[in-house]
Amino acid sequence: MKNLINFFKSFLLLEFLKGMTVTGRYFFARHVTVSYPEEKTPQSFRFRGLHAQRRYPNGEERCIACKLCEAVCPALAIKIEVAQRADGSRRTTQYDIDLTKCIFCGFCEESCPVDAIVETRVYEYHGENRGDLYYTKSMLLANGDKHEAQIAADRAADAKYR
Amino acid sequence: MINIEIDGKQIQTENGATIIEAAHQAGITIPHFCYHKKLSIAANCRMCLVQVEKAPKPLPACATPVAEGMKVYTHSEQAVKAQKGVMEFLLVNHPLDCPICDQGGECMLQDMSVGYGGGNSRYQEEKRMVLGKDLGPLVSAEEMSRCINCTRCVRFGQEIAGQMELGQAFRGEHAEIMSFVSGTVDSELSGNMIDLCPVGALTSKPFRYKARSWELSRRRSVSAHDSLGSGLAVQTKNNRVLRVLPVENDDINECWLSDKDRFAYEGLNSADRLTKPMIKQDGKWQEVEWQVALEYAGNGLRHIASGAGAEQIGALATANSTLEELYLLQKLMRGIGSQNVDFRLRQSDFSADGKQQGAPWLGMSIADISRVDRFLVVGSFLRKDHPLLAARIRQAVKKGAQANIIHSVDDDLLMKVANKAIVAPDALVEMLTQVSKALAAEKQGQSASGEAAAIAKSLAGGERVVVLLGNFVQQHPQAAQLQALAQQIAALGNGKFGFLGEAANSVGGYLAQATPGAKGLNAASMLETPRKAYVLLNVEAELDCANPQQAMSALQAADTVIVLSAYKHHAMEYADVLLPVAPFTETSGTFVSTEGRVQSFKGAVKPLGEARPAWKVLRVLGNMLKLQGFDHDTSEAVRDEALNGVDVAAKLNNAIGGVEAKAAAATCGLQRVSEVPIYATDAVVRRSAPLQATADAETPQAWLHSDELKKLGIQPGTAVRVGQGQGSVLLIAAADDKLPRGVARVAAGHAATAALGAMFGTITVERA
Repeated sequence: MKNLINFFKSFLLLEFLKGMTVTGRYFFARHVTVSYPEEKTPQSFRFRGLHAQRRYPNGEERCIACKLCEAVCPALAIKIEVAQRADGSRRTTQYDIDLTKCIFCGFCEESCPVDAIVETRVYEYHGENRGDLYYTKSMLLANGDKHEAQIAADRAADAKYR
Repeated sequence: MINIEIDGKQIQTENGATIIEAAHQAGITIPHFCYHKKLSIAANCRMCLVQVEKAPKPLPACATPVAEGMKVYTHSEQAVKAQKGVMEFLLVNHPLDCPICDQGGECMLQDMSVGYGGGNSRYQEEKRMVLGKDLGPLVSAEEMSRCINCTRCVRFGQEIAGQMELGQAFRGEHAEIMSFVSGTVDSELSGNMIDLCPVGALTSKPFRYKARSWELSRRRSVSAHDSLGSGLAVQTKNNRVLRVLPVENDDINECWLSDKDRFAYEGLNSADRLTKPMIKQDGKWQEVEWQVALEYAGNGLRHIASGAGAEQIGALATANSTLEELYLLQKLMRGIGSQNVDFRLRQSDFSADGKQQGAPWLGMSIADISRVDRFLVVGSFLRKDHPLLAARIRQAVKKGAQANIIHSVDDDLLMKVANKAIVAPDALVEMLTQVSKALAAEKQGQSASGEAAAIAKSLAGGERVVVLLGNFVQQHPQAAQLQALAQQIAALGNGKFGFLGEAANSVGGYLAQATPGAKGLNAASMLETPRKAYVLLNVEAELDCANPQQAMSALQAADTVIVLSAYKHHAMEYADVLLPVAPFTETSGTFVSTEGRVQSFKGAVKPLGEARPAWKVLRVLGNMLKLQGFDHDTSEAVRDEALNGVDVAAKLNNAIGGVEAKAAAATCGLQRVSEVPIYATDAVVRRSAPLQATADAETPQAWLHSDELKKLGIQPGTAVRVGQGQGSVLLIAAADDKLPRGVARVAAGHAATAALGAMFGTITVERA
């Protein structure tokens, strides 16, 4: 009897049709995957991606070398050296972030008293060598210059929740 | 004793104590800014307000004496409200620039505002601004807006340093701290104001923006720059010394540190550091491997020892070398058969050797100085040579002790001096003899008049008398006689006598036996009768020796000169081998302070470049020369061998016998009086840029009494040619009417006067 049922089941492709119903259901349902890189998921203005250092509108770098980000960084990914600049202000002579160490927790951004170090929405970056992911001060400042409009808009959007 | 209650805790405290003292004894914290245990009470910050039962208003804990049955509440509603209010007021004018403030992370105001302040400020108006001041190369006062007017720095100047260099001018909101008189802070203790400042108003200039407090590792060390043995907290980052702070010890340096100890570290990484062994071949210096250099040095010594004889080798070391280094150096010399080893480079009279029973020391503990009631300080540039001992004596004088001074110069000691006798160097013996005679007469009830009698009278009136002999006496050509006379005076006055040690290991050198043996030559005679070979440990001959002329000619004529030094300096001119050794922050070792305290320390950082601790270098040299007993693995092993079975306390003895005081033959012409300037005492200090920029490090001048200048037809401020022996130098003449006549004061130990001869003796001054 059991054999007979199995015969008819396979003869009438019942299992196949069952599978196809699932396929059919999803074929017409709303799509949840995006076809990266043609399509991209929406981002929060709090997205924590690649780091950047910002400048003031007059071109002066914001960072004042207080070293709070270095102190708070749980992964010890930040290295800062300080010196007095010719005009007497406290400035960094070295500001490096090792992105291979960074865990993107955002504490550096949180601790910064002048909103100098920020995490941008950029996540599409890569390095072909390990050293490529060691970001120096000039690379971070260049990032900031490139994305300043977006960075400023994001901070403004987040301001009311702070 | 009085019983009080703080926060419900029963406390017994002394009558007359304040609430804050009682609370601190019991381990209860009361927030405060202006209160400091070593300074007078100002009660002007109002942070320590506490509630006291039955008092209508909160009272300042620092200024309220305890009373029997008093009940104090530090956390009651009233107290907390007062603390919050005061904190808000303090922050009204304090800039919120902690991120760029050097004090950030070690700031009392920061900590207190977290602990006792509110979450945010209600103050919307403009903050006051105070202009920054330039207080000199050590203390930065660029951000005076941060000042909370606690006046700790002012009180420190008045009470501890003895000189009110900072003061508070104007009133109310316009009150500000500013320097008086000179515009800069020149005190030799000025660095302590940095520690005292509870905010970031006064900070360290050399340390400005160098590092954050939380990044620094703290290592315990001992000062190598004076004989006090101050405890140092050497703070390092990335294998570099970035700052030095005091370690509190009430028996030694209390909570203070002299500027010399605090800022000398800047000389550690100077460009002059020797980082690779070097040998001179065919007149040219070459950097070589350690093995090559050591073999070269070993062969040189072996060659001289087997040829001309081991007694042709002499070894000189400075008194700020560690005990281990001095011990191994003398062991090496004795191993190759030479007894010529000495560390007393600036001494000129060695007649006490053999007549002295032990190592000369302070004669008492440092803490006991505070309990002395009659001082006789002979031949000491007290403030410059012993800044913190001078501060201790100043405190004793404030409490009623009398300070008597016998010296050849009359510098301002910034304390009340009861009597003083300022005489030429060759009259010191005569003066002490007179004091001794007058004291004997005083004890029999006869009094006389005159300087000596006045000093004797002061000494006779005291219960705890002490005679202290300074560096000038130790370097004096009649040192042994002066020592014998001091002994005599101390005995007559039922007191003690002692030496204010010259360097970090002035006592340790004796314990390490780094003194010449029975037939050996001492530091002076080793250079007087030139040897064929010299071993120099940390010595800069032209600056460290009593007679630089003699030292340089002896070294230049020698066949082999082996130099163990941290710096290149002028040794390139006369040395054959330069072995880079580590200064005190880079090696472990031991210093025996002037009170006989044996203090060992570990290296704070790794030696720079290929430099190595000198005890290791000496140990390997011993092995190369195939000597027995050079197999120590650690510096502790060397120390234990050096002090094996030695009862240090029993070794310390100033007693001297068999020396007769004879007045020196009258000299004709000017006599030289010389000190080693405060920032020229050792190799590290000489290279510290901030110290060298201070007023104390100015190029030495030729100081004479204005009568003498007139006699010579010299205008003060003009250039003069100062000659001694075969050498002469150009200096600026200056008038000091407090000097005795017939004396020219020309500092030693400085490059500008290194071409001159002995620190004492005749000197000529003529128009250039």
